[in-house]
Amino acid sequence: MKLLHELVFPFIAVLAAFIIGAVLILIVGDNPIEAYRLLFGSALSWPDGIGYTLFYATPLIFTGLAVLVAFRCGLLNIGAEGQLYIAAFAVAWVGITFANLSAWILVPLCFIAAIVGGGVWGAIPGALKARFGSHEVINTIMLNFVAIALVSYFTQYHYKTPGDPILQTVPIGSGAEIARLGKFIPGLPDRIPLNVAFIVALVACVLVYFFLWRTKWGYEIRATGNNPSAAEYGGISIRKQIVLAMVVSGALAGLVGINEVMGYRYRFYDGFSANYGFTGIAVALLGRNHPVGVLLSALFFGMLLRGGIFVDAFTDNVTKDLVDVLQGIVILFVAAEALFRGPFGKFGLLKRPKV
Amino acid sequence: MTELFTIALIWSTVRLATPLILAALGGMFSERSGVINIALEGKMLAGAFTAAAITYAADAKFGLGVLSPWLGLLAGIGAGLIVAAIYAVVCIRFKADQVVSGMAINILMIGVPGFLSGAFFQSSGSTPQIPREHLIPWTPIVIAFSLVVITWYVLYRTPFGLRLRSVGENPGAADAAGVNVARLRYSGVLLAGALAGIAGAYLSIGQSSLFTRNMTAGRGFIALAALIFGKWRPVQTMLACLLFGFTEAVSIQMQGVVKLPSGEDIPVQFIQMVPYVLTIIVLAGFIGQSRPPQALGRPYQKER
Amino acid sequence: MLILRNITKHFGSVVANERVNIEVEPGTIHAIVGENGAGKSTAMRIAYGFYEADSGEILLDGEVQQITTPHDAIARGVGMVHQHFMLVGTMTVAENIVLGAEPGSVLSLDLTEAAAEIRKLSAEFRLSVDPHAIVENLSVGQQQRVELLKALYRHARLLILDEPTAVLTPQEVDEFFAILRSMREQGKTVIIITHKLSEVLAISDQVTVMRDGRVVGRLETSETSAAELARLMVGREVLLRVEKPDSKPGATELKVKNLSVMTADGGKRVDNASFEVRRGEIVGIAGVEGNGQTELIEALAGLTEPAQLSGEIWFEDRDITRQAARSRRELGIAHIPEDRHRRGLLLDFDLAENSILGVHYRKPVVTYPGDIVLDYDAIQQRARRIISDFDVRPPDTELPARSLSGGNQQKLIIGRELDLKPRLLLVSQPTRGVDIGAIEFIHRNLVAMRDAGCAVLLVSAELEEVTSLSDRLLVIHEGRIVGEVDPKVATIEEIGLLMTRGH
Repeated sequence: MKLLHELVFPFIAVLAAFIIGAVLILIVGDNPIEAYRLLFGSALSWPDGIGYTLFYATPLIFTGLAVLVAFRCGLLNIGAEGQLYIAAFAVAWVGITFANLSAWILVPLCFIAAIVGGGVWGAIPGALKARFGSHEVINTIMLNFVAIALVSYFTQYHYKTPGDPILQTVPIGSGAEIARLGKFIPGLPDRIPLNVAFIVALVACVLVYFFLWRTKWGYEIRATGNNPSAAEYGGISIRKQIVLAMVVSGALAGLVGINEVMGYRYRFYDGFSANYGFTGIAVALLGRNHPVGVLLSALFFGMLLRGGIFVDAFTDNVTKDLVDVLQGIVILFVAAEALFRGPFGKFGLLKRPKV
Repeated sequence: MTELFTIALIWSTVRLATPLILAALGGMFSERSGVINIALEGKMLAGAFTAAAITYAADAKFGLGVLSPWLGLLAGIGAGLIVAAIYAVVCIRFKADQVVSGMAINILMIGVPGFLSGAFFQSSGSTPQIPREHLIPWTPIVIAFSLVVITWYVLYRTPFGLRLRSVGENPGAADAAGVNVARLRYSGVLLAGALAGIAGAYLSIGQSSLFTRNMTAGRGFIALAALIFGKWRPVQTMLACLLFGFTEAVSIQMQGVVKLPSGEDIPVQFIQMVPYVLTIIVLAGFIGQSRPPQALGRPYQKER
Repeated sequence: MLILRNITKHFGSVVANERVNIEVEPGTIHAIVGENGAGKSTAMRIAYGFYEADSGEILLDGEVQQITTPHDAIARGVGMVHQHFMLVGTMTVAENIVLGAEPGSVLSLDLTEAAAEIRKLSAEFRLSVDPHAIVENLSVGQQQRVELLKALYRHARLLILDEPTAVLTPQEVDEFFAILRSMREQGKTVIIITHKLSEVLAISDQVTVMRDGRVVGRLETSETSAAELARLMVGREVLLRVEKPDSKPGATELKVKNLSVMTADGGKRVDNASFEVRRGEIVGIAGVEGNGQTELIEALAGLTEPAQLSGEIWFEDRDITRQAARSRRELGIAHIPEDRHRRGLLLDFDLAENSILGVHYRKPVVTYPGDIVLDYDAIQQRARRIISDFDVRPPDTELPARSLSGGNQQKLIIGRELDLKPRLLLVSQPTRGVDIGAIEFIHRNLVAMRDAGCAVLLVSAELEEVTSLSDRLLVIHEGRIVGEVDPKVATIEEIGLLMTRGH
């Protein structure tokens, strides 16, 4: 019952976005019903549709969780994009440097690289806010660009196969590769890149829930986000929580590197992220900043990404940009909902902790 | 040879700084009134696409010839205004989180141009080439640099500027003095939309001859960085834009690698980082104090 | 000049003004007195158009006026100086003064002309200030002059001043009164909101007394006395005399030596306070709100940056001056904060989660592995115990704290803090916004804590509450402890005078 209640507004926001989307489709001279039928039909077909939908949803689950954790501490992490680039490169670096190690050692090592890479890149804006009070939004935006330039430099100058026209690193060792789910699921062909990272994402949802709602650390983060003054009164150090939340947030974003490098391309590919970090904001907002919601809304956006390609190909005028349009409108509506029910005040976003 | 090189570099710096200056000055009007402008990127994209599309259509479909880019410029401004109006209503009227709605606008504006160009020009995300004689490579540069002076004058020498600044610093004080806070903020955000629209138009029908997918490539955020680096003041912001334009010019001219006099190479990526790293350093208070308008990002709510 | 007729104003469920009638005669200085929260500022902000009244009328010069924005008020010659100055710190004096009423054309702001006008006004009303100075560099006294000039520049005939002397030194107050008198001589009408009775007597011609959102008296200043005003201001019928046995104080728990609390800009909010609280006694601190009580309690609870403190705080035989809030709690100090929404509760968390704030990291709330995981059974148990012991209604541990009434929220906090079995209890405004039944219950519990041997330090703006609960009563004025009285013998008038005059 409570869950149902929580689903009402996101549903309305999505519906409204689809209605506006339909108007746009009409304007460009296509049939919206046909377009939407294509969209969902292609996203839900077995095995390709569902396989790709889940594959596209995987990075979004990670970034959605990343934004959620920061959000619960009253912070807006726009830096997931940069964090996931640093982490993905760190994974590739470990995978290349220790290519000869066995999978039993290399896989955990690569996981750690993803977590540390993303965590460190998240810690920077956290520490800057805790120490100097500088706004995490601006700093994370700036750090995105720094991260992208940094990994591009290392790829180009140090880890590229000489003569390769594509900006990508040499492949990682085979011990760092993780299995595609086709191996385990009958009927799911191996060419579909859906891989073990999706299982990791599901586990991450559970762990984030457990961390935030079942541990004292999560309590402290949520208390800080809900009311920093009261948290302080309860003996919680706000500065520490800000850094901790950003580290956890960055580490979660960093897990995208596992899907991309270990499960999909087996190398670092410059500019691989299709704005996963930014879409994570939409995922978290639409998912009402709860792990279950994040999972559902990531699946929804994964569906759009998958279906968008088919709408592009099989309608006369509609392109896959429809997905970005729908996504933008959804966020605007969810943000606009915030003012009626005030979840921003609730999560302390508007009353940012003064440190 | 060296001289020629230097002149080319200066010229290139000016050209590359122009969209930054336009967008940053726009951002200044908005942020000085207390509304964060993370949506500059989206407004520029809207302006760039609309300007290119209308310029092309005006000539190809209606045969307006040399008039077409001017129509395109006006349309670019109009598009910036429309996007800004949506943003303004959500942030000011509905008091939504300014950062979140700004991001939404940016994502939306990655999609809308691609969506429309796909439909009208049967291409994924770009407009057709516009003939060279229908470009306006000069006017936006003149507009940008004269706007620096105009913006300074408006902010510091007119009643409107005084009120705008007061609303961004202390809306309560402005309200108590009989100033209409919401109206001022709407003006600030709309001005930002118009200027970002010009900035976008310059990219598509000034610097190049068509709109391409995501052609702003983060310039809206660099403009935001320049605004912070310039401490929300017109002349300093222009200088920051020139500096950032210069770093871009250098990285283009050097084709990848800059040689230090000592013979060492600096990869282009490190030059590209300069604006962002400088902004982070300035925000942390290491180089002087960059104090944002006090009420930046906070919807105005009467205290009780 | 100004008449407020039957003004009523609610903020949500809080009644700020209830059928308020105020009449101010032209060319006079009219004082409005009352305790904090009595509704003085609200009434005047309505007159200035900053708030809109729910019902009632505003009359100026005998005519009913529609004043719904400050703009309307300014246009009709009403000016207001707010308690917290409404100035833009980064702008110049001249810019602040002309804001909203700029001279010159739309295209050019004529600050030279403005500066000349400001200098003329400065001379006329003896309000010297440099028009080109940046406001945030000025002293508070000078900023106040800027506020006055702002009103005069707009040709205000009626000036409303909200607690104008709160920020001034005694010398500045004398000077300021001279300015007000000269304004009166030039035909201006002045309304001054204050809670300092000495000032009412010194400056005003008439005085309106407010209490609990209502007007309780209108007097000629020459025909009244401080004692009468004090009684009107604070003296409601004594309904809630707390029956309690005499205290049996034991060893000293809390010892405060020369404690001062500085603000960021160097002002002193607590000034050299020294006192002790012993086991088994309730020590009350009486004072008009805003005289350093908040800062004192927060400093004792460990919520003040150590850099802002000087002096020593001893708990039992430990110097805790530099200890963090968490370690003070671990020693046995509990704290019932004055503002339950700001400090005391996580409003969107449920009652169970609120019941563990401050102990959320230790046993029995956390369990293995490594005392990291919250033990929800233990938490529920604890929450249910507090809810039933302290009669929190509705008794549902899964409701968000926001949904409770003020009294029940307060009972939850008190239950949470008393459940710690503290040896020292810091209590601030325990019954603010709480219904009568809950007040009695809270009072009984505080006395029970005392009788169980706890040391209690109680701050309350309700004079009657501190006098009836305390075994010893300290009076605070402008951050200084200005006296100790025996609450059993002292009268409300005596204490009230000490509170308002400070000697």
